[in-house]
This record gives sequence, C-alpha cells and structure tokens, in this order.
Amino acid sequence: MPVALFVPAGLGLIFLVLPLAGLLARAPWATLPQRLAAPGVLTALRLSLLTATVATLVCVVLGVPLAWLLARVEFPGRRLVRALVTVPLVLPPVVGGVALLLVFGRRGLLGGWLDATFGITLPFTTAGVVLAEAFVAMPFLVIAVEGALRGADVRYEEAAATLGAGRWTTFTHVTLPLVAPGVAAGAMLCWARALGEFGATITFAGNFPGRTQTMPLAVYLALETDLEAAIVLSLVLLTVSVAILAGLRDKWTAGP
Amino acid sequence: MTAAAASGGAGTGDPGPPLLDAHLVADRGGFHLDVALRVRAGEVVALLGPNGAGKTTALRVLAGLHPLTAGHLTLAGADLDRPDRRAWIPPERRPVGVVFQDYLLFPHLSARDNVAFGPRRRGADRRAARAVADAWLARVGLAEHARRRPRQLSGGQAQRVALARALAVDPTLLLLDEPLAALDARTRLDTRAELHRHLAAHPGAAVLVTHDPLDALVLADRLVIVEDGRVVQTGDAATVTARPRTDYVARLVGLNLHRGHADGHQVRVGGLTLTAADSVAGEAFVAFPPAAVVLHPARPDGSPRNTWEATVAGVQRHGDNLRVQLDGPLPVVADVTPAAAAQLRLVPGLAVWAAVRAAETRAYPVGR
Repeated sequence: MPVALFVPAGLGLIFLVLPLAGLLARAPWATLPQRLAAPGVLTALRLSLLTATVATLVCVVLGVPLAWLLARVEFPGRRLVRALVTVPLVLPPVVGGVALLLVFGRRGLLGGWLDATFGITLPFTTAGVVLAEAFVAMPFLVIAVEGALRGADVRYEEAAATLGAGRWTTFTHVTLPLVAPGVAAGAMLCWARALGEFGATITFAGNFPGRTQTMPLAVYLALETDLEAAIVLSLVLLTVSVAILAGLRDKWTAGP
Repeated sequence: MTAAAASGGAGTGDPGPPLLDAHLVADRGGFHLDVALRVRAGEVVALLGPNGAGKTTALRVLAGLHPLTAGHLTLAGADLDRPDRRAWIPPERRPVGVVFQDYLLFPHLSARDNVAFGPRRRGADRRAARAVADAWLARVGLAEHARRRPRQLSGGQAQRVALARALAVDPTLLLLDEPLAALDARTRLDTRAELHRHLAAHPGAAVLVTHDPLDALVLADRLVIVEDGRVVQTGDAATVTARPRTDYVARLVGLNLHRGHADGHQVRVGGLTLTAADSVAGEAFVAFPPAAVVLHPARPDGSPRNTWEATVAGVQRHGDNLRVQLDGPLPVVADVTPAAAAQLRLVPGLAVWAAVRAAETRAYPVGR
C-alpha cells in the first residue's frame, strides 16, 4: 500500500467532509420540522432549483455549440477565445455580477437598449438570477464538452459524411450521441455550480424573497440574525443537491 | 485465381469509358500522392502496397475526405473533384460507399440503424430505411442480429454490418479500406469468401485498399501496386505474380527478382550470366521462385548453367520447408525440404553451391 498516497488522500477526504459533519452536528434537530415549514424556505428552495435548471439549459444550448467551435473549427485567435471562456472561473463572482450590471443594467451597454426596445429589464429579476448563474456556470459545461469532443473519434463523423450526412445531421446524429456522457457530466457540474451561486446573483439580481432570493442568499441573510435557521437552510440545500446529483449520476453513468 | 477468371469477361469485353476515371494528385502532411486509376463498372481493383505507400490517402481522396491538389476524379461522367475547374462535390453528396478499416460502426446505434443511416440521410423515411437495412442485413446473414449494438457483435459480424451499411446506399463506387485486416485468421477466411461474393454482385466500381496480397489476389480483378505514392505496377493477378517489377512485389508474391542486361536467353546479372526460359534483349528482370533454387554441398557435375557459389546467411521455417537466405554474387532465397537441409547441415556461414533451373527462370523487359 503506497502510504505516500493514502495519507494525503485520507486527509483530503477529512478536509472535505468535516465541515459537513459540523453542519450536521450543530443542526437543531428538535425544531427541524417547524423550521422547515417556516415561510420562505420552500420558496427559496423552489426558486433555487428552478433558476439553476433554467441556467443549465441556457448553458447547454449556448455552451455545447461553443465547445464544438473550440474543439472542431480552426480559426485565428482560438486560444484567446478558449482563455476568455474560462475567465468566469477565475473571476470573483461579485466582479462577475458587477460586470453583468455594467452590460445589462438599466444604464448598461445593452440594458438601456433592451429596456427601451423590448421593455426587458434583467437586473433584480428572476431572469437576472438565471443570467448570473449561467454566466458563472457556463465554463464548466464548455470545458467538459470540449474535452469530450476532443476525445471523440472524428472518423465517425467522416463515416457519417460518406453515408450522406451533412454537417448538422452529423452533429445531431453522431457527434452529440458520442459525447453525450461528456455533455451530461458538464451539465451536472454546471447545475451544481449554478445552484450554489451567490456572489454574482446578489450583485446583479439582489435579494428579494420569492423573486431573486435563492437558497445561498437565504442562508447568508439568515446568518445575520439566526444561525440555526442558516444551518437548516444549508442542510436542505445540501440534501436536495446531493440527492439529485447522486440520482442523475447513477442514471447517466449506467447509460449507453 | 477464380476471381480473376470469373470477372475477366467483365473487364475485357467492354471497351466503353471506365466508370471511375481518376488521376489522384494529393498532398497530405509532406506526403505526395500521384496515382492514376480507372475502374469499369463491375470491376474490383485492389490498391496494393506497403504501409505508408499512400493507399489510404488515395481512398480518402476518392471518398471526398481529402481534396485533390491537381488531377481529376470523375465518376460516371461527373467531376467529383477537379481543382482546375473548381469542381468539388462534398463527401455527403458523392455516390460512394466506404467500408472503413475498423468499420467505424456508430456505437450508439443498433446494427439495423447503422445500416439504415445511409438510406435515411439520402431521403428514405424511417420505415423504408429500416426495410432496406433489414434486407441488407439478411443478405449478409445477420437478420437476427439487427437489434444488437456494434459492441455486441463479433469482428466478422461487425465487418458484415459495415459492408451492408456501405452497400445500402447503392454506391456507384464502393471503397474498402483493409476490410479484413482487423479479423483473426479463421474469421478472415470465411469473411473473405463472403466479401468476394458481395463484390462480384456489386454492379458499380469497387476499389479495395490492402497490404495483404492474398486479399488482393482473391478479391480483385486487377491490381494497382503503389509504392511511395506512385503506381509501380498494374495488371491482373496472373501478370503481377508472374512478372513482378519491384522488390516489394517480388517479396509479396514470393519470387527472387533481379535486374540485369539480357541478350537472348542469357541475362547478365550481378556478375553472373543466367540462362532464362524467355528470350529478351536489353534491360530485363529475371525472376525465379525460391523452390527453383537447388543447393548442393559441392559444385554440381554435368550442368554448369545457372550455378554459383554462395554462403548461407540465414535459415527460417517456411511452411513445411525451410527458407534459406544466400549471400554471394546474387543474393537469393531458396526453399529446401527439411530432409535436404539436414543432409546439407545448413547453418549460417556454410558455403554451398546454388543452382537454378533454367526452365523456371523467367526474363522480361524492364520497359513495358
């Protein structure tokens, strides 16, 4: 047994699990049912799940073609584009939120025009939450799908071409099914990231219960007044996300 | 041999224009290909050559997966690729079917949906495409495997599905890239026979790329031998096997080949004068099978023709016999029986006398 691997592996695991254990240890188990029934908990949870799911859909619709572009099309500046795509990963989410405000805010680059032309206002709305989450989560999807595309054998696409499939049909009928596990993994990461999003959301969409107050925001707010409420909210978020991710993971990894 | 005999009629009877008329000039990563290829309807032509000779590049160009840099590719009168006229038909609109070396069956589709993929893309509705697929799967004997995924098929079955998939689009030109290379020896034998049957039934042109001379000889009506991106020899199986023109071909067909200068039946080669069965004048090839080389412990009496002193360089098993490499004025290989080898006590370094029977020594001119 290579001790040099097992010791750091064990330490790593403890480091990741210990805070969760702390959460469980300090949970107010006796009053849990009443606290769960408190107004706002279910609303925030529902909003979180909804926005994270819609944000993931947005990321898939826009991110998969972007990943395809990066993986399959040679164009000048591809390395730069790839670097730009990963910027939201390293950007502090609050800065992302500020940047979104500068573009989509009422006096932003596009926001004013959107408001004047279509009457669309994004900041401080549920759509704004989705936008903020998608901005932060999309790189996870793009990176996962691009990796899957690079790993996929392009000769299958050539075979499809010799059978009469154009580029679009080849993409939908051959390429996408081949990289489906990568897309699923990317979407899962993306969803998890969107669900936990805090900084960009609170900056760009604010903290309005029922409209933009997602679970992480509710936890933060509760922390200021009532630690036990924050713990309960955290536990709910934790349980739901772990259950969903574990369920999907089993379903997808057992797939085709 | 039956392949050549059976289809010789189709090949020689019709003087009309070939179905496929191509002069393939292409560059790929520093490699230059320049191959002329004409194939009649119903004819099977094998592109035979060593690895890296450009066979696969030729196939990719024919399929439209790689562009020509010059020359032309005309199929049934239509320019598929002709740089000087800026003609280019993309692969998905070419009447071409391809059987890839490792088949490239779509792993997420059943055998039936793999075969139906082509008809579906070419306009058939789902039901019609499946009917075509089922008919083809039945023709290759896999009707009851229609629902299986590629990974549930054996190598031979996958090869047949790949063939059915390529044929299901009724291609004018069928391309096969090393169609039997991925199979084990036993499966190969059966699959080769079956492939021969399907190729004979295919009304269009077929181009087979292989490095296996047996595949080429059994499956093709005509061989085009490619080395370093160029055609070095073409002809039917009988011509190529009897009169190799390069060392590669000679090795493939198992002949000793040397180049010399002929004057009638006498050919000067490597400081020796050999007597050949044929009469030629000028630059000539001399070819003889290893079995025509007889080894003697000392200078043979009586027949001084075609004998020389040689040194054993190596001995290997070769079928039931032993194959002996000989150094000397003429480096050749000889096949001897184990009994003869034991009698001669053949070991590397041994000096022997080699004799070649004149009746089995063929000579033919270098120029065509």
